[in-house]
Amino acid sequence: MIPEIGQFALIIALGIALAQSALSLTGAARRIPAFIAVARPAAQGLFVFVAIAFGCLAWSFYNNDFSVLNVATNSNSRLPTAYRIAASWGSHEGSLLLWVLMLSFWMLAVSVFSRSLPDDMLARILGVMGLVAVGFLSFMLFTSNPFERLLPAAADGRDLNPLLQDPGMVFHPPMLYMGYVGFSVAFAFAIAALLDGRLDATWARWSRPWTTAAWVFLTIGIALGSFWAYYELGWGGWWFWDPVENASFMPWLIGTALIHSLAVTEKRGAFKAWTVLLAIIAFSLSLLGTFLVRSGVLTSVHAFATDPKRGIFILCFLAVVIGGSLSLYAWRANRVAPGGRFELLSRESMLLANSVLLLVACGAVMLGTLYPLFLDALDLGKISVGPPYFDSVFLPLMAPAVLLAGIGPLIAWRKGEPAQLVGRLRWIAIVALIGALFVPLAFGRWAALTSVGLLLAFWIFAGTLTALVVRYRSNAKLTRSFLGMLLAHAGVGVFIVGVTLVKSYETERDLRMEPGDTATLGGYSFRFEGVRDVSGPNYAAARGALTVQRDGETIARLAPEKRVYLVQRNPMTEAAIDAGISRDVYVALGEAVGGDAWTVRIHIKPFIRWIWFGCLMMAFGGLLAASDRRYRIATQRREDALTADATVIRRGTA
Amino acid sequence: MKPRHQRMIAIAAGLALIAIAAALVLNAFQGNVVFFFSPSQVAAKEAPVDRTFRVGGMVEKGSLKRRADGLTVDFVVTDTAKSIPVVYSGILPDLFKEGKGVVAQGKLGPDGAFHASEVLAKHDENYMPPEAAHALSTAEAEKAAKSVIAPGGAR
Repeated sequence: MIPEIGQFALIIALGIALAQSALSLTGAARRIPAFIAVARPAAQGLFVFVAIAFGCLAWSFYNNDFSVLNVATNSNSRLPTAYRIAASWGSHEGSLLLWVLMLSFWMLAVSVFSRSLPDDMLARILGVMGLVAVGFLSFMLFTSNPFERLLPAAADGRDLNPLLQDPGMVFHPPMLYMGYVGFSVAFAFAIAALLDGRLDATWARWSRPWTTAAWVFLTIGIALGSFWAYYELGWGGWWFWDPVENASFMPWLIGTALIHSLAVTEKRGAFKAWTVLLAIIAFSLSLLGTFLVRSGVLTSVHAFATDPKRGIFILCFLAVVIGGSLSLYAWRANRVAPGGRFELLSRESMLLANSVLLLVACGAVMLGTLYPLFLDALDLGKISVGPPYFDSVFLPLMAPAVLLAGIGPLIAWRKGEPAQLVGRLRWIAIVALIGALFVPLAFGRWAALTSVGLLLAFWIFAGTLTALVVRYRSNAKLTRSFLGMLLAHAGVGVFIVGVTLVKSYETERDLRMEPGDTATLGGYSFRFEGVRDVSGPNYAAARGALTVQRDGETIARLAPEKRVYLVQRNPMTEAAIDAGISRDVYVALGEAVGGDAWTVRIHIKPFIRWIWFGCLMMAFGGLLAASDRRYRIATQRREDALTADATVIRRGTA
Repeated sequence: MKPRHQRMIAIAAGLALIAIAAALVLNAFQGNVVFFFSPSQVAAKEAPVDRTFRVGGMVEKGSLKRRADGLTVDFVVTDTAKSIPVVYSGILPDLFKEGKGVVAQGKLGPDGAFHASEVLAKHDENYMPPEAAHALSTAEAEKAAKSVIAPGGAR
């Protein structure tokens, strides 16, 4: 009964989405107040019905209803409760439902928090998002019904993939999807503005906090995924340039470019067309990411669906959304009024250069991700493009972007002062050089790339600090958006420190150990105490015991496990980690190799926590910026100031 | 600066950037793309001798042997038509199993064995790495074709 209610709720939701998008878009175009008024309540109704559907699916999982195919293939009666709920989005169908739930949640948020928006603008925005919902709901109902029955019902389920049975599964997908889908808001704002022709600083002001919020979620989602892969896969890696990772990273890159370009549009009224284009690309890449991960075209862990019908549907949907919005862009973008002028040395040109760099870097990632797929599809041979490609292309493109991020906040809008900048740059460069040359000494080994990484990190730290001091001395107000920007930039620096030190100084050994054996690595000694059998709720495990010592003092007792899950009978490595600010000690069990001996892998990962801590700083900075006071007060003061400003400039140049 | 000059500078800078990116991409592709070969192709000497490539298929049943150091393993990868011995030193992935699909990345040694630097097995019991599946199905298809020409000959 419950699954049928869920399915029925989905059908109603599709009806609402159809009616809502049709009515509010026509209403806004023809200026029919009654139609426009539908947008808000319909969006809220859509959320209610999608939430009911999702609740029904979660309930079926919670209650072990194995007459539902989705539950029978992805859950099991012995699966712990939290993972049973999380298994709701463990399957292709369930993850689509999560996608739509997130979409309708964003629609609800827009309808509640956009009191200051003109009604017709709001109707257009919700109408565009409604169209996206129509696409996804019909995809679900026609090709991937999450509530499909299994008759006769299975006695028990086939269990969730053991790899997914982890707290990461509870948090990573919802966060990532909140980010992905959040760009639909920026996209809808952009399309609404193109339809409407009202593309100005006020528009950017409205759109900015939403875009930043989506970016924050995406940042957290990607960081969580990276952290999860680090401790779960047993390899100690934190980023693999796997196509699935790239699928989430590409929208992030464009999203980053977008929030910076939006800043220019809001403050200076410039780059409007560019901002709109970035918003379209960001959301298109989110859709492409969903397509890549969900259609089974990738040679990867996450691609469990291999149904060509689905692939063709998503491909058509992509073509309609991307093709349609780009055509609209081509048609309307030339009507956009030019923005404020700026000199070559100005914050505008720094931000423009940065967003172009991010776009090009994203293009390089996309090429590396899709090229093997194209070759394979055209039967031209099978290749794989691995981390060396991405490292050697991505790093040289991002390094100048990081340099610009360090000094951008120091340069004035419109026209920077070269003399002043040179003065400030001097000490930033000195700090960066000292950091780059002396920090490696502490580690006792020097490599060119280590210094380059540290140079970038210290450059951005010093630049950020200078910007803070300058702003503080000028007695200007330290707004949340300014502090958030600095915090996020410092987060980039922290991230770079982590990446550089891990890449330069990580060490690992694969060993064969018998109980009582001792091995040393990076100044730590590891004594293998042996392995004993333990049992978990739905798995049996061999649990090893290692004592880690440094200078004769025991600093940790680690218990890595090798689990065999009872249903799918797969072995799973569960690494044990002693975490620290300056290093992680990471131990994973290999396999039993006769007698009491096991193969063991040990790693020392210096400063690896800084990678995720840096991401958290970026996300928190975004959160600060999105909650800035000026987004909550609906005044036009800024715009008035802008017009006044423009008049002054015109007079000045005349 | 006039808007026209501004636009020209922006376009020139953008083009320069794209040119640099293209150079980086091409250079990286040349050095870092890894090609895939099936055991049959390796047997036919199609695979490069001094370059890293991938080989994939099924781990032959009963072929997995561990050397005395406890870390180095030997196994045989087959596409049912031809097979190739593989040497690997290190911890094998969780889902590495005899009779299951596998992809190994490494170089062909002078001894004729494939020295793997990396062994990949996928994270789902029913899931075959696409390259391995491709190698197996190609070999099957060729066998079938042969058996049509000379009935029973290939068996």
